[in-house]
Amino acid sequence: MSEGSIVLGALAPHPPHLIYAENPPQNEPRAECGWEVLRWGYERLRRSLADKSFDVLVVFSPHWQTMVGTHFLGVPHFKSISVDPIFPNLFRFHYELDVDVTLSEAICEQAAQMGMVTKMMRNPDFRVDYGTIISCHLTHPAWDKPIVAISSHRSAKLFNTEYMQANALKLGEATRKAVLASGKRAVLLASNSLSHRHFVTEPPLPEDMSKEHITHHGQYLWDMRMLDLMRKGKTRELIDLMPDFTDQTIAETDSGALSWLIAALDYPEYGADVHAYGSVIGTGNAVVGWDHESYGGRS
Amino acid sequence: MSVLSGWLVPGMPHPYLCPEKNRGWQKLRTAYETARQSIEALDADLLVIYSTYWPSIIGHQIQALPNPVWTHVDEEWHELGSIHYNLRMDPEFAESCREACVARGLHARTVAYHGFPIDTGSVVALKLLNPDNRLPAVILSSNVYSDRAETIVLGKACRDALAQSNRRAVAISVSALSNRLFIEPIDPAEDRIHSLKDDEWNRKYLEFLQLGRLEDVSQLSRQFHREARVHKVTNFKPFWWLAAFMGQNNCYRGEVHAYEPVHGTGAAIVELTPTSMAARDLEYDEDDPDAYAGDRNVLGSLNDAPGMDGDDES
Ligand SMILES: [Fe+2]
Repeated sequence: MSEGSIVLGALAPHPPHLIYAENPPQNEPRAECGWEVLRWGYERLRRSLADKSFDVLVVFSPHWQTMVGTHFLGVPHFKSISVDPIFPNLFRFHYELDVDVTLSEAICEQAAQMGMVTKMMRNPDFRVDYGTIISCHLTHPAWDKPIVAISSHRSAKLFNTEYMQANALKLGEATRKAVLASGKRAVLLASNSLSHRHFVTEPPLPEDMSKEHITHHGQYLWDMRMLDLMRKGKTRELIDLMPDFTDQTIAETDSGALSWLIAALDYPEYGADVHAYGSVIGTGNAVVGWDHESYGGRS
Repeated sequence: MSVLSGWLVPGMPHPYLCPEKNRGWQKLRTAYETARQSIEALDADLLVIYSTYWPSIIGHQIQALPNPVWTHVDEEWHELGSIHYNLRMDPEFAESCREACVARGLHARTVAYHGFPIDTGSVVALKLLNPDNRLPAVILSSNVYSDRAETIVLGKACRDALAQSNRRAVAISVSALSNRLFIEPIDPAEDRIHSLKDDEWNRKYLEFLQLGRLEDVSQLSRQFHREARVHKVTNFKPFWWLAAFMGQNNCYRGEVHAYEPVHGTGAAIVELTPTSMAARDLEYDEDDPDAYAGDRNVLGSLNDAPGMDGDDES
């Protein structure tokens, strides 16, 4: 078996607003517009993937939240409707997807060997979380590739962000090892926003863009600082700053998703492609690609 | 109008799905059964649930689908099994609550969508307390950013709705006491409260509740949050809502039906029945807001409360 590879890594946030505004047939609500800059960013991410062959999407989602270690989907096929518990008016999405259970088990096993608490999710009635679904749909709407979905162990809340990040980095390393050993070509998605202070009210027309802006300037400055480090390939510094960034902006990086991605990519020193940045209901979101294979699949 | 009794119940699925695995979980199951019988003996016509297991961001959400049907699997405890539910909600009262919330300055909406993910805590509470859908229910979300004033106003709004509709309700807060759990799998037989400190705070709280001191417990919520809670949200809110909904006093007969660990968390089933006897009331010292006017941002201008409608929301 030839060695597997990480084809591309992406920061692929999951605001349901982006699906809502895009009006795919799977989603029940209809919108007339909204959040175009971010959606065009996703379009560029999709274009950057178009000429690459890959076997599987591996996604780490902040909205599958587990306390007892990290969990992995372990059922080959799911079909259901996902209704966002926060924005049910925007996201009621009919999904059907396949899981690469073999790779899922391999990452789970690799992480366990490295000392992490892991568990396979084997209940066929389980509903796949909306973060996983949204990031996968926006990155690859054809749904013709299996996925591996990884839960977010909520250790930032249980302990602190440093502890969370130490585990997320280890999980990233485990993911890289398992992908390389699998012989498969994987696309990795960190499904999280950056700064994450929401507005707590919604305008009557959710896609009224005259109401959309970052919650406050401090959040914006932090987001720009982090994006600047990504663009310059300073991922070690990005990791060093992550706990402060997370605490200061109550960022969704508290999930560990972005730290996991950076470690899985082995701390790339080439510049990432920031396809878009924009706010969604006050939170900071960026679509960012690490075109890993073009840089030799190495940092 | 009246709230006939108030309850604290835990939201973990273990007492419903696998009580046989641990004596304490079985005791909780038995206490749930006692609670069901106690509620059945009342002349109630409505269950009003506030669940800390249902987070919201856009204000306060109120479940209003008349008959939610689903097979629910908990994101953490999926290996314990699936829970099929077929529930009966009260859309009319949900709408009354929404109107009462708005009248008091809260952002609120009803949700009525097939497949909406009703939280594990609400599902478990309704399956065990109301298995035949004898009573209709409403479920209220817990806003992750809301703090004391907003939550108290939410409780008062529910009380307004109850008064206007002339209903007789049972109030249920679904919440753990201490919520720190073991982050590794445990042998169910070995379950215990995560730490002595958590246990002591739980017992102190239960002592107050046993004496019927609901308002005092409500006013100690911040302290309890600091001492015995993992800080996943801004504060410990279930007693703010419960006390406000029930009338903000200490005039209850309290009964702790069970207190047991579930994977390290403090799980208790407590009944509070209004009486004319007032318990001690040493802690009546906090503000008593009647309407919500947004968070006060002490570092910014008075109109800085986050809201997409800008100035209208401040
Ligand atoms: Fe999110």
